[in-house]
Amino acid sequence: MRLGILVNEGPYTHQASDSAYQFVKAAIAKGHAIHRVFFYHDGVNNSTKHTEPPQDDRHLVNRWSKLAGEHGIDLVVCVAAALRRGIKDEMLAPGFRISGLGQLVETGIEGDRLVVFGD
Amino acid sequence: MLHIVNKSPYERNALESCLRLALPGAALLLIEDGVYAATRGNVAEPRLREAMQRMDIYALRPDLEARGMAGRVIQGVKLVDYDGFVDLVCERPNCQSWL
Amino acid sequence: MSEFENDAGGESAGRIKKFMFVNRKAPYGTIYALEGLEVVLIAAAFDQDVSLAFVDDGVYQLAKGQQTKALEIKNFSPAYRALEGYDVEKLYAERESLEARGLAAEDLIVPVEVLSSTELAELMAVQDVVISS
Repeated sequence: MRLGILVNEGPYTHQASDSAYQFVKAAIAKGHAIHRVFFYHDGVNNSTKHTEPPQDDRHLVNRWSKLAGEHGIDLVVCVAAALRRGIKDEMLAPGFRISGLGQLVETGIEGDRLVVFGD
Repeated sequence: MLHIVNKSPYERNALESCLRLALPGAALLLIEDGVYAATRGNVAEPRLREAMQRMDIYALRPDLEARGMAGRVIQGVKLVDYDGFVDLVCERPNCQSWL
Repeated sequence: MSEFENDAGGESAGRIKKFMFVNRKAPYGTIYALEGLEVVLIAAAFDQDVSLAFVDDGVYQLAKGQQTKALEIKNFSPAYRALEGYDVEKLYAERESLEARGLAAEDLIVPVEVLSSTELAELMAVQDVVISS
């Protein structure tokens, strides 16, 4: 199946990004395709390369980047939500790109399911 | 429909609203803080037991384990890992997260 | 650059799915209602079969008489009245949620179809995409 994912919360404060990541990893292992992961609301904060968690904590941003690099997953950050929160192109970690909400709707149309993770 | 609830029944009304708006035959998956609703003696236990008569109820094992709740699960709640979560999403025609 | 610059063409052109936006949160206290509305407009621009359900505190989004001047936050409630212009005409409110909050259809800024929990549950069950916020 082709699965679309929506992440509505930033890293660390909420478990949403962790849950979405574990779900995506399991889906890929089972042979499903991830059509896109869309980051909305505070979820856009998952995309910044300036994120530096303590050494003994998981690095949520790098995990997403790595997954995108290894499996060609499209990580899209909503432009309007990003601008509202001070996230710009030059701050993005590898694998992320900024685009419009149309990309979320398109994932709803093109994907077989849209799974939402949030607060 | 797969309904996904991620909030403790003590904190939000997500589970209550989900159960009110879930049709018989639907599935419910409890994840994150939602798994507290799957434990014995919690405030939502009577509602969950009643819902079990008409729908399948699942809880995400890794979230139960993380919270020290894996040994306290209400009988009849089925435990799944992330790959079981993926299967539930794919088996059901649609899904809804009660955020 | 704006999200409105996406043209609804490309791969998805001509495909219509049922999108339901389930609004369960009150306005202003969090941003979900406002940003949720932005997705509704885009889905409508993609000519999708869009419906909005107002459940729980989501019914407060439609309360008449919102005055946000002192908060210095934009009052976005008039946007619900503009939905009709985007051909978004399927607005549903759950009767149980309204009654539990002492509200009735006439207290809302736009006409909505008031549905029982069962009626709304049946509508939700047939959606392709359900986005709750």
